[in-house]
Amino acid sequence: MKFRTLLRHFRESFKNIGRNGWMTFASVSAVTVTLTLVGVFLVLMMNLNHIAGNVEKDVEVRAHIDNAANQNDIKAIGKKITEMDGIESVIFSPKDEELTNLIDDLGDNGEAFKPFEQDNPLRDVYIIKTKSPQDVIKVAKKIEGFDYIQSVKYGQGYVEKLFSFVNIARNIGIVLIVGLLFTAMFLISNTIKITIVARRKEIEIMRLVGATNTFIRWPFFLEGLWLGILGAIVPIGLIAVLYYNLYKYAQPQITFKFVELLPASPFIYQVSAILIVIGAVIGIWGSLMSVRKFLKV
Amino acid sequence: MIEMIDVKKTYPNGVIAINGINVKIKPGEFVYVVGPSGAGKSTFIKMMYREEKPTSGNILVNGLSLPSIRNSKVPLFRRNIGMVFQDFKLLQTFTAYENVAFAMEVIEKEPEEIKKRVMEVLDLVGIKHKARMLPSELSGGEQQRVAIARSIVNDPKVVIADEPTGNLDPETSWEIMNIFEEINKRGTTLVMATHNRDIVNNIKRRVIAIESGKIVRDEHRGDYGYEI
Ligand SMILES: Nc1ncnc2c1ncn2[C@@H]1O[C@H](COP(=O)(O)OP(=O)(O)O)[C@@H](O)[C@H]1O
Ligand SMILES: [Mg+2]
Repeated sequence: MKFRTLLRHFRESFKNIGRNGWMTFASVSAVTVTLTLVGVFLVLMMNLNHIAGNVEKDVEVRAHIDNAANQNDIKAIGKKITEMDGIESVIFSPKDEELTNLIDDLGDNGEAFKPFEQDNPLRDVYIIKTKSPQDVIKVAKKIEGFDYIQSVKYGQGYVEKLFSFVNIARNIGIVLIVGLLFTAMFLISNTIKITIVARRKEIEIMRLVGATNTFIRWPFFLEGLWLGILGAIVPIGLIAVLYYNLYKYAQPQITFKFVELLPASPFIYQVSAILIVIGAVIGIWGSLMSVRKFLKV
Repeated sequence: MIEMIDVKKTYPNGVIAINGINVKIKPGEFVYVVGPSGAGKSTFIKMMYREEKPTSGNILVNGLSLPSIRNSKVPLFRRNIGMVFQDFKLLQTFTAYENVAFAMEVIEKEPEEIKKRVMEVLDLVGIKHKARMLPSELSGGEQQRVAIARSIVNDPKVVIADEPTGNLDPETSWEIMNIFEEINKRGTTLVMATHNRDIVNNIKRRVIAIESGKIVRDEHRGDYGYEI
């Protein structure tokens, strides 16, 4: 294809947007509705995932070492843990440090523990993070079997509940994705049905006059791209404004430890980019689908 | 130029539209295709521009065997023939100028050449002053002029027309026929299905009469031969 033909296709695609007035409006509206849904859903899903990630990140295994273990035993345990599968990090926290941390954590109440500095009742601890938070339980069970391990803690009971909650939330996300895709396809195929009669004649004539399928497809392809991008404008604006304000005003009110929204600044741009890409794909797909039938290949 | 050999066409619904036709049309000829409604004229024409494939037999146009052309290559073949229809078949969202220019854009002509040539043919069919109008702003006769301009803009060797005056009043029909005569005089082969009795009887040319899918008459300077 010659460059000027490509330019011609660009010009033609812009003209088509104007020429097909209400058809353009209908298609853009369909994309707008779809993308608004997708956008709201994206914001929810990505934040939910972020929060779940935060909670999971905090999950760790604490292996308390028996006082009977000597320095070498402790080192051996550390080595053994490090060599296990799926371990991200192993930190040794001596019992003195544990006590200091405890006193610091408790603030004023910590004073009551001061006397224990002479005779520390705590144990040396290995703090283990796993690569995948969901491995915590498995790793903890294994470490329990090691020598000189007095006890292993990972938030038993709580962690299991947390994981099942996160899994349910993610599955709901997948269900929502599928639902939205169907909604999008329904909306767009309906719009195509409306426009099909006009396009059929148009394509028939183009073929009569000697236009190849590729030549016919190009402006439609570009037109779909523009429709998708146009359709993304309103949802992006809407979500940007809403999320910006949500982050600005609602975030400071939230006091739960792990519940933290994604910062508005990169997040809004990321969502916008995703919406533009989805809009473009939907637009192109819809547009090419509407011509496909009439290009006798 | 155009040759049909033992051509038969049965539509999927079982209707036999063409039932064994052999015909030769030489370069530069002007041929009327006449016959009662439903005789198979349009089917005969459609097979010439590869809109329909014969069920059996062969058709040669410009040396190409049409039944063996792949569907995706059909537009390429059509660049070498001009087509005119009863319902004009103009792109409704394109101006007169753009409709004609489109036929040149598909073969990637230079923009300068397109501009020059389109205005030239619009002038030839007498509609240059309405180049910027949409089909909806033009009368039937004017739309047909645009369609004719489009059919000849790439200098095809053959122009095929199916009832080009079918939707036009007698006076306009004569104007359109003058244009066709002019085109034919310049050496372009012209095949035209029609049931305009006056025209066939006054502009005497070869007449092929089709009835029930068969050629029943083929005269060098024929008459329309049917009442009404
Ligand atoms: N696409 C089609 N499918 C089925 N039958 C058709 C089709 N086109 C035409 N026919 C039938 O074929 C016969 C010839 O039609 P046509 O070629 O249009 O005749 P004419 O142009 O002489 O009026 C008619 O009986 C018509 O009903
Ligand atoms: Mg007919």
